Amino acid sequence: MATQVMLLVGTKKGAFIVDGDASRRGWSLRGPFCETWPINEVIADPKTGVIWAAGGNEWFGPAVWRSVDFGATWTHSSAGLAYAAGEVPIKAAWSLALGPDGTLWCGVEPAGLFRSDDQGETWSHVVGLTEHPTRASWEPGGGGLILHNIVPHPVDAGRVWVAVSTGGVFATEDGGASWAPRNRGTRADYAPEDQRYPEHGQCVHALAMAPGMPDRLYQQNHCGMYRSDDGGRQWVSIEAGLPSTFGFPAVAHPRDPDTLFLLPLNGDQAGRYMPDAAAAVWRTRDAGASWQALRDGLPQSNAFFGVLRRAMAADRLEPAGVYFGTSGGALFASGDEGESWAAIAEHLPTILSVETLVRDG
Amino acid sequence: MADVVTVLLPGALVRLFPGAPRCVDVEAATVGDAIAALDRRWPGMGDRLCDSTPAIRRHLNIFVGGERARLDTALPPGGEMLVMTAMSGG
Repeated sequence: MATQVMLLVGTKKGAFIVDGDASRRGWSLRGPFCETWPINEVIADPKTGVIWAAGGNEWFGPAVWRSVDFGATWTHSSAGLAYAAGEVPIKAAWSLALGPDGTLWCGVEPAGLFRSDDQGETWSHVVGLTEHPTRASWEPGGGGLILHNIVPHPVDAGRVWVAVSTGGVFATEDGGASWAPRNRGTRADYAPEDQRYPEHGQCVHALAMAPGMPDRLYQQNHCGMYRSDDGGRQWVSIEAGLPSTFGFPAVAHPRDPDTLFLLPLNGDQAGRYMPDAAAAVWRTRDAGASWQALRDGLPQSNAFFGVLRRAMAADRLEPAGVYFGTSGGALFASGDEGESWAAIAEHLPTILSVETLVRDG
Repeated sequence: MADVVTVLLPGALVRLFPGAPRCVDVEAATVGDAIAALDRRWPGMGDRLCDSTPAIRRHLNIFVGGERARLDTALPPGGEMLVMTAMSGG
């Protein structure tokens, strides 16, 4: 079997899978899956190929879907994916991540974290995060009060970072029993001037861990782009040279810890579309010291689309493929680390997430 | 033992549970009992119909005798429990 690349796409109306090969030039689309439920994130276990999709349906509530046959058939479960009786019920599952010990983590709305130790059959509430003393002060952002990004340490199963809009970044070093905010150095532009660097409450949009350097994290925030070299204890701005301080996704390179891909939008009060309506992915090769706009093949006029927080991803091939999906339902692919791009699907529902699965030949 | 009632399920729900029919007889005295019986037969169906409050999900309606019901609504012997999706979506 030749190497296969699968793009796992979550949309407002179901999950889709886009199949390609190592050339990353020809693609074919399958879906919609998951009964056209809104699907906020789709991930796969790179070792087994099991696929999970997190979502929530207005009628039937939250669930995590699973496919063990590369998308041909799906099941769903929300067993244990619930807060205690009397609490505000969970509206949707929002984020997924697989830890090094096989723990499957799931973030939900209203913001909280669950874990599954049986591949998504059953779930248990990570009470330590919900009981964090700052929890009552978390406020919903534009997408709701959501835990939308989970970053497990690649080796130490006890260490996990999560992103909450709007609560900020929190980290555990004991498998979820206790949590600490990790937001120092990130701005909250909507606070009074003397309160713009709080311990928590910032609106984080995406977290990305540098490969081979698990203490290096990158962050796209509602208010700026940042890097931390100490596991999020202190962040420094890396936004100089970018066209705005606003955007949603942040994607690390599969091998180079100094390379990051961002997709800045024109501004949170300027329409939240491509700057000057001309699309570009921005790449740094030096950990954020300088930035290069990558535009070849992307629309350079009338590009009034946005790209949401989970809607960009990279594959692990050499050179790395980079992919993003738009609010207007277009999916763009680059097989050369962003140097050139092509639209590989159009007219999909609003794209909420993109992930990759590479199957070796 | 409770009496048998007939439950009518919406198509969007039964599609989530392969093999589940649109019309099913269960032994139940209340709406909550009927949902518990459905969940025993098709594990997970209870979660699709009820949230953790616990309450019937906000965008579902259950009718008994033509009236909107709650979980504690009694089911008349031989009666019908009609589960419907509400207007929702975008």
